[in-house]
Amino acid sequence: MAIVSRGFSGKRHAADKKLPPGQYLTTDFPVLSAGPTPKASLENWQFTIDDGAKVLKKWDWKSFRSLPSETFTVDLHCVTRWSKLDTTWEGVSLDALLSEVKIDASYVFVHSYGDYTTNLPLNDLLNNKAWIAFRFDGKDLEPEHGGPARLLVPHLYLWKSAKWVRRITLTHEDKPGFWEGFGYHNYGDPWREQRYWGE
Amino acid sequence: MSSHSNYLDGNAAAGELSNIFKIDVTAAEGRCGNCGTTKHLAEAHVYMQGPGVVARCADCEHVLLRLVSVKQRLLLDLRGLMYLSIDTSTASEQ
Amino acid sequence: MWRVGTVIALRDETAAVRTITLEVSNWSGHVAGQHVDVRLTASDGYSAVRSYSIASAPNPRGLIELTIERLPDGEVSPYLTQELVVGDLLELRGPIGGWFVWRTEQTEQIQLIAGGSGVVPLMSMIRSRALAESTARFRLLYSVHEPDAVFYKDELQALSDSDGFVTVDYVYTRAAPKGSIRPPGRIDAALIANTTWPANLLPTFYVCGSTSFVESVAGLLIASSNRPGNIRTERFGPTGERQ
Repeated sequence: MAIVSRGFSGKRHAADKKLPPGQYLTTDFPVLSAGPTPKASLENWQFTIDDGAKVLKKWDWKSFRSLPSETFTVDLHCVTRWSKLDTTWEGVSLDALLSEVKIDASYVFVHSYGDYTTNLPLNDLLNNKAWIAFRFDGKDLEPEHGGPARLLVPHLYLWKSAKWVRRITLTHEDKPGFWEGFGYHNYGDPWREQRYWGE
Repeated sequence: MSSHSNYLDGNAAAGELSNIFKIDVTAAEGRCGNCGTTKHLAEAHVYMQGPGVVARCADCEHVLLRLVSVKQRLLLDLRGLMYLSIDTSTASEQ
Repeated sequence: MWRVGTVIALRDETAAVRTITLEVSNWSGHVAGQHVDVRLTASDGYSAVRSYSIASAPNPRGLIELTIERLPDGEVSPYLTQELVVGDLLELRGPIGGWFVWRTEQTEQIQLIAGGSGVVPLMSMIRSRALAESTARFRLLYSVHEPDAVFYKDELQALSDSDGFVTVDYVYTRAAPKGSIRPPGRIDAALIANTTWPANLLPTFYVCGSTSFVESVAGLLIASSNRPGNIRTERFGPTGERQ
């Protein structure tokens, strides 16, 4: 049983908007990672959509950045309990990227530069719910926050928004990623507080 | 070597590991299952601000060990280590 | 696993750095270089855990000292350095760590290299050596931004004057004292060559500070022919705070 530390409340702030259960508001932008920041070279950067057997579509930085992009504002919820509200990004929607491929899959498995992976149902990437984001708060996305480009799926816990995204594999079967295979919830809806296995 | 020095070392993970191991394993030597480098676990590159503790080989960054605490459970993944070698004459109990 | 310590004294080392003396229930003693994890819990259950090196030498009365630097954007260090008063309770776990330690049985020359608050566990080693029946000789190379940032200045002066077992060299990276021969700047190969035990004496090195400080110094030590196996390191966070 922990003892209460007199006068301690941490760096939490009051939120004027309702937060998902168990979350605290933060005004900074914590950098959390499971590994080193990959060294990005825009000349070598590629984003690929494949079906596990063959590449369906591939973009290099130039072709990716010539796609229509949008600026949007969303709230972020990390499973470590901090939430950051009204964050502004610029990115290409997954609707736009996936419209260029023939889809025959129910799930996706996401790969980052480095060894990070995550998984989600394909539907959670569609209908204006997900982007490949390359600008945050009016500036190019910093490497420590996933730059040059990261997946952003704000309706799920932030571990699903894979930093340094490299490849999305369309699959028929759901395969757990780095954290999903090791204690964390397979889906991760913050509003139903789906943090861990068994919830 | 990472371009961003956003990691700590195995010393920082010793407290969390003490929830599982009776002796201090950061003083143990571990052989990386990927590149074969053998170093003390205290020398591993540790990332622990995220959802769990991830210890990586200082030479090749392969994941040596993962530890998470979820609800009433501790999960431990040691697949990345070929072995841990502990000197019992100096191993400190905790 | 978690024990309770009672704050029995507070002492400011510098404007932003405070040493807390704790009496810890059932404390079994520690080895120089070990740390504790401190856990703070708010009334709604929110908790934060941070690691702090033990600054003091082993003490038969179960007293330990933690020296804590207040980080401008910290969550725990402002509380520990400004809010905590004598009589308060602190929850902690430890002592922790078995590799970045100096044991009194070690007889070889010891080279300590500190970056900022990285001096704390090294001070535990110096204090431990001062109390021990040992003939081991120590050198401390202590890097700070400016003279006012030095912790334990008087004590280090006294120890290097009287006992002579430890020699202290300071490196100033941003502002050096008036009359300094060396202009402000980081540790480099020349400084390593001039102020540290030569490699052929096979010293054991203890390097502690931010991750980038440790990586840089370790690289310089290896480049001057020291064996990696003789270099022990402890990395604090990028800002110097252990997370």
